[in-house]
Amino acid sequence: MRLELKDITKRFPGVLANDRITITVDKGEVLGLLGENGAGKTTLMNILSGLYRPDSGEILIEGERRTFEDPRQAIAAGIGMVHQHFQLVPVFDVVESVALGSESVTGPLGTFDRKSARKRVVELSEQYGLNVDPDATIEDLPVGVRQRVEILKALYRKSDVLVLDEPSAVLTPAETEELFDIIRGLAEGGTSVIFITHKLGEVLEVADRITVLRRGAVAGTVNPKETTREQLAQLMVGRDVDLIVDKGPSKPGEVVLSLKDVFVMDDRFGMAVKGVTLDVRAGEIVAIAGVQGNGQTELVEAIVGLRTIDSGEMSIGGEAVHRASPRHIADLGVAHIPEDRIRDGLIAPMTISENYILNSYHRQPYSSRGVLDRKEIASHAAQGVQDFDIRTPSIETMAGSLSGGNQQKVVVAREFSRPLKLVVASQPTRGLDVGSIEYIHSQIVAQRDDSGAAILIVSTELDEVLAVGDRIAVMFGGRIIGILEGAEATREAVGLLMGGEG
Amino acid sequence: MKRLRRAIQPAIVPILAILSAFLVGSVFMFITDLENLAHFPTDPGGTIVAGIVNVGNAYYAMIIGAFGDPTRIIAAIGSNDPKVIAAAIRPLTETLVAATPLIFTGLAVAVAFRSGVFNIGVEGQFILGAMGATVAVLVFRGLPPPILLVVAIGAGTLTGAAWGFIPGFLKARTGAHEVITTIMLNYVAAQLVLFGLRSDFLRAPGSDAPVSKVLWTFVRVPLIFDLPAIRLHYGIVIALIMAAVVSWFIFKTTKGFELRAAGFNLHAARYAGMSAGGSIMLAMALSGGLAGLGGSFEVLGTAGQMTTDLSAGFGFNAIALALLAGNRPLGIVLAALLFGALRTGGGLMQVKTGIPLDLIVFIQALVIMFVAAPLLVRSIFRMNARPLDEGSTI
Repeated sequence: MRLELKDITKRFPGVLANDRITITVDKGEVLGLLGENGAGKTTLMNILSGLYRPDSGEILIEGERRTFEDPRQAIAAGIGMVHQHFQLVPVFDVVESVALGSESVTGPLGTFDRKSARKRVVELSEQYGLNVDPDATIEDLPVGVRQRVEILKALYRKSDVLVLDEPSAVLTPAETEELFDIIRGLAEGGTSVIFITHKLGEVLEVADRITVLRRGAVAGTVNPKETTREQLAQLMVGRDVDLIVDKGPSKPGEVVLSLKDVFVMDDRFGMAVKGVTLDVRAGEIVAIAGVQGNGQTELVEAIVGLRTIDSGEMSIGGEAVHRASPRHIADLGVAHIPEDRIRDGLIAPMTISENYILNSYHRQPYSSRGVLDRKEIASHAAQGVQDFDIRTPSIETMAGSLSGGNQQKVVVAREFSRPLKLVVASQPTRGLDVGSIEYIHSQIVAQRDDSGAAILIVSTELDEVLAVGDRIAVMFGGRIIGILEGAEATREAVGLLMGGEG
Repeated sequence: MKRLRRAIQPAIVPILAILSAFLVGSVFMFITDLENLAHFPTDPGGTIVAGIVNVGNAYYAMIIGAFGDPTRIIAAIGSNDPKVIAAAIRPLTETLVAATPLIFTGLAVAVAFRSGVFNIGVEGQFILGAMGATVAVLVFRGLPPPILLVVAIGAGTLTGAAWGFIPGFLKARTGAHEVITTIMLNYVAAQLVLFGLRSDFLRAPGSDAPVSKVLWTFVRVPLIFDLPAIRLHYGIVIALIMAAVVSWFIFKTTKGFELRAAGFNLHAARYAGMSAGGSIMLAMALSGGLAGLGGSFEVLGTAGQMTTDLSAGFGFNAIALALLAGNRPLGIVLAALLFGALRTGGGLMQVKTGIPLDLIVFIQALVIMFVAAPLLVRSIFRMNARPLDEGSTI
């Protein structure tokens, strides 16, 4: 089915979210919708799915003008959404989840016709190679399979246009490849796909056509065969972007972080880290690669004092730290950029200046004798906002209202605002746009070169690991199964190790 | 100007909620006035006019009952007759008397709320605080009254703080949910009071009812005005001072910062090196202390002796009040004055118009309902109603 969005404009108080955006997608075509966070992608899709109504502009299906008053009408018109955050009931099984909201019923009591629903789920799953067990319970399924259940749900409702919002954010490289195969299969079967992302590599790989959004407007539409990553990045950000992290060779000094045969338990008392031995030296960046859930989270939490080490030895700057509190570790000159900035790194309903002093509020000059010094806090926070180029109306703005990139900058500004010996950064660029990624990486490299800090980065993104790591350690099943020199590491070598081979 | 706007902003929804509640309250008065409605088939226009007049009279009586008649007050001040002055300002002072315990308990709920703890046990902390003050008065009755007063209020505050600390400790150490433990401790507190009041040491001589000896024989919170039948005591002044202290504590101190951080996001507070358990225990002890302070003033200033029904649900009303006030100390003072005014004004309304006092409870409940559903208020008043998450997801 041919879908057109014509001159869509949507205004929120103070923001022009969509400014006369026009996109089209043909039957069986994959349209890549590329843009940074805040470029207007999500607003546009919320208009398409009937959640918002545009201030002006129109939606055309097969050339016919349509308006959606609510999401049900959009679904009825054949538009299926797969959201970034899945809308599944954990305790339902696959058949129930897929049929939910469009159940067919039988009998006088209107009981759920599970048999026929199951039959269709199996048919669809086979037809598009989705490979989903219809009787599995959602909460037992890995994230990648849950996403396929969402796709099944859209297909079950006879969607002709499938919208995927940042679908690869939660997937491993291998799962992403599988998803691309599914997308290609869907397109061949005549389904139109709109693939929303901020990752350049993905649109180049899977899209038939790419529309780039920038600051709420269309920056250009290009053919993936006739463009390069650099050109796309430039369209998206509006200026030239360095895709390669600009850094010289490392000059490793003395050992700052030393781990010897460290074991750490997870929340369910299983052993998550099983004997990790690793040294991180001043002036070098060690990147830990690995698929999510191989013990990286627990290892980082142990290093920063949030989790106790079950056995083994750890020292920071020569001081043995076995059961040190997070504050004690921080006082040793350790910065921590947590994996989940919304949950752990920031307090969303508090202001930027309050978040800026979150772990140093009890020290001079921010407070004395237990009383906060608002003036000092404001002047330092304002300096941080300026130094780290945080885009915000004021330092009294709530942290939660900033874009993801700016939120991360607040965290980095806070952590880098004092002299450091060690930086522990977990997924420091997850979910960020190209411009912010570039900026955060350059700040981390500056910590290595200018302050001679030891840096430990944990990332599930191959590109990031290869770009910033002076040494790359790969974690699998709670162990470090290989350490490669950054200069010699290849995608293939690291990728194999991430899968537990090599 | 900007500061002013920021100060008014949070008050908009509560104010509109109050207006809406009174509006719905008047509709309710109209349709329950069956005597008037009986004329509707024959004289619809007249019925409506009469209904509006009745509603107007009722609210007028309520306002006069709560704040006094301004012309009468002015005339009375000129008269120099203490009896006349007292009669004129009595409604206003009664409103303040009713608001005093609500300010203390409202602050207690808010302090806990700010650190993410839902203290439903303010009621128990309030009555046990009063009990602590009562016991202290009778134990130390030989002390000179000013010292005895300080000791008694201190004892009451500490009792409340200890009673609040228990659920805080349980939550911090064992994860026991504070809603469950505080509700249960309310029952324990009520039974402790009853038990204490049955002892010969506390019970009023010659009384079978669980009522304590009259504490005013030994000590009383000083009155603000030396006028006949005016009960207003210095508890209101302390309550206002506590509102300022709590506001300062929450927003200007490092401990207050920790409390708020833990209240909004326990994970991030832990990451930042704060002790989440410490914040919870501190917040609950402070909350209980404020409630106990309120109970002490109620028994030593307003009631004069300890009874089992000293608290007219102050601890529970306080939860609604803190919600209405958005946990802001200034808001709590204003909301407590509103609730106090409704309580005293309702009396005159009932006497003058025969509308039952229950209407007051009805209006209070409506206020809370409208505050809890800000979208409803926004749509009634056509303020660009938009769901909370909109705009943030561009």
